[in-house]
Amino acid sequence: MNDALDVALRLAIVFVVFLVAPLLVGQTEHKVMAHMQGRLGPMYAGGFHGWAQLVADGVKFAQKEDVVPAAADRRVFQLAPAVALLPYLLVLAVIPAGPKDGAVGQAVDAGVFFVLAVMGVGVLGSLMAGWASANKFSLLGGVRTAAQLLSYELPMLLAAASVAMAAGTVSLSGILQAFEWWWLPWQIIGALVFFVAGLAELQRPPFDMPVADSEIIFGAYTEYTGLRFALFLLAEYAGIVILCALTTVLFLGGWHGPFGDDGLGWFWTLVKTALLAFVIIWLRVSYPRLREDQLQKLAWTTLVPLALAQIALTGIVKVAINQ
Amino acid sequence: MTPLPGSGLAKGLAVTLRTMTKKTVTAQYPDAQPELPPRTRGVIGLFEENCTVCMLCARECPDWCIYIDSHKETAPPAAPGGRERSRNVLDRFAIDFSLCMYCGICIEVCPFDALFWSPEFEYAETDIHELTHERDKLREWMWTVPEPPALDPGAEEPKEIAAARKTADKLAARIPQTDPDSPPEPTEEKGGTP
Repeated sequence: MNDALDVALRLAIVFVVFLVAPLLVGQTEHKVMAHMQGRLGPMYAGGFHGWAQLVADGVKFAQKEDVVPAAADRRVFQLAPAVALLPYLLVLAVIPAGPKDGAVGQAVDAGVFFVLAVMGVGVLGSLMAGWASANKFSLLGGVRTAAQLLSYELPMLLAAASVAMAAGTVSLSGILQAFEWWWLPWQIIGALVFFVAGLAELQRPPFDMPVADSEIIFGAYTEYTGLRFALFLLAEYAGIVILCALTTVLFLGGWHGPFGDDGLGWFWTLVKTALLAFVIIWLRVSYPRLREDQLQKLAWTTLVPLALAQIALTGIVKVAINQ
Repeated sequence: MTPLPGSGLAKGLAVTLRTMTKKTVTAQYPDAQPELPPRTRGVIGLFEENCTVCMLCARECPDWCIYIDSHKETAPPAAPGGRERSRNVLDRFAIDFSLCMYCGICIEVCPFDALFWSPEFEYAETDIHELTHERDKLREWMWTVPEPPALDPGAEEPKEIAAARKTADKLAARIPQTDPDSPPEPTEEKGGTP
């Protein structure tokens, strides 16, 4: 009985975080982006500086008609948003927020493998949506998504592998337990590669060629309306949270902070994640979209060699230490 | 010297970060009224007491958006045996602001100072026909017309004030000399011989 309650509680907490954190990131994006462009952003919804804007958006989406195009592959079309969103929920459950056992939804031994494999499934949602919509813009978006996934999954995996090598384990908690402060400069290249590749996998600007609204409408999501569209948007912001949390755990030392690792671990994790989320928003505001060929070039000629160099560096240092 | 590779990327980030710390430029209009400069072309007010129904404004209007109706009234002679005086009385003065292009020609052309720019701009309507505003509305807008902006320091005096002052000075100069015995001297009004 106690076990069941424990599991239920953990799941409930993970679920609440999964619903709240993306909204927080979304609201922050509204405000930060506005101020970076000299605007105020939402000011009315909820009264105080538009804090309820995303709630209002959600209500609006819920009221809209759920349209499925006549020529669409109905089943796949309707399933795609769930496929895009759920993997992030699963990943969130295994990310440790603090050093104790209570700070993780479910500790998984092969954490890095699990996380990267499941995150890859999320992109499948966009592919399904693109193919099932029976719309040429959706198809273009879907194919671009596929191309982007193929090229950026490799550097992401290589960068994560470098950390796993350094720690000698693929468990996320294990990596954090082995973390030392000097890993930060040691793995900095890997961190950058991981972060940039993750950004591209989320199709966030400046890597938003697959959704490029000014040329292919909204890519794979063109035909979606109402709640299903909202789920895709939620998936994007959940993806930001997951990517930031993963980068924090793998490269920035997770719960390790200047003081109070035991009591304040969750706080350090949150602060680092929030900072990274801010950087993602910042990048979106600052840089123009990369062209499709530039995207591929960046992945294959820059990120992959950098990730390989990082692995080599990790190996050399590791051998040097062990002697 | 070639710039450092990636310095452009850093510059882009710096620009957005700096903008974030600065004050925003958003005007929260319905909550805060905008500060409009003098001579703002908001709406045209009619000072109908000055209007003589000369129709110049209606005829100069490029859009033909001014409607004027009038009738002639005859006033009885001022003194017995005199001539009857007739004048035009304004019946209708309307401006169709759905046609008006705010060129201000009517205001420029009015010889009697009956039309003025007002900075009032909140007169949107839900029906285009309701944008034709009649004389009472146009008269009301006269109350929103601001004072003309002050002249620059050292500027020439306005013509009408200069003329009034000249007359007043002349009268003032004459008053002390006026006594019942001597008739007033012929004043040197014209030319002012040196």
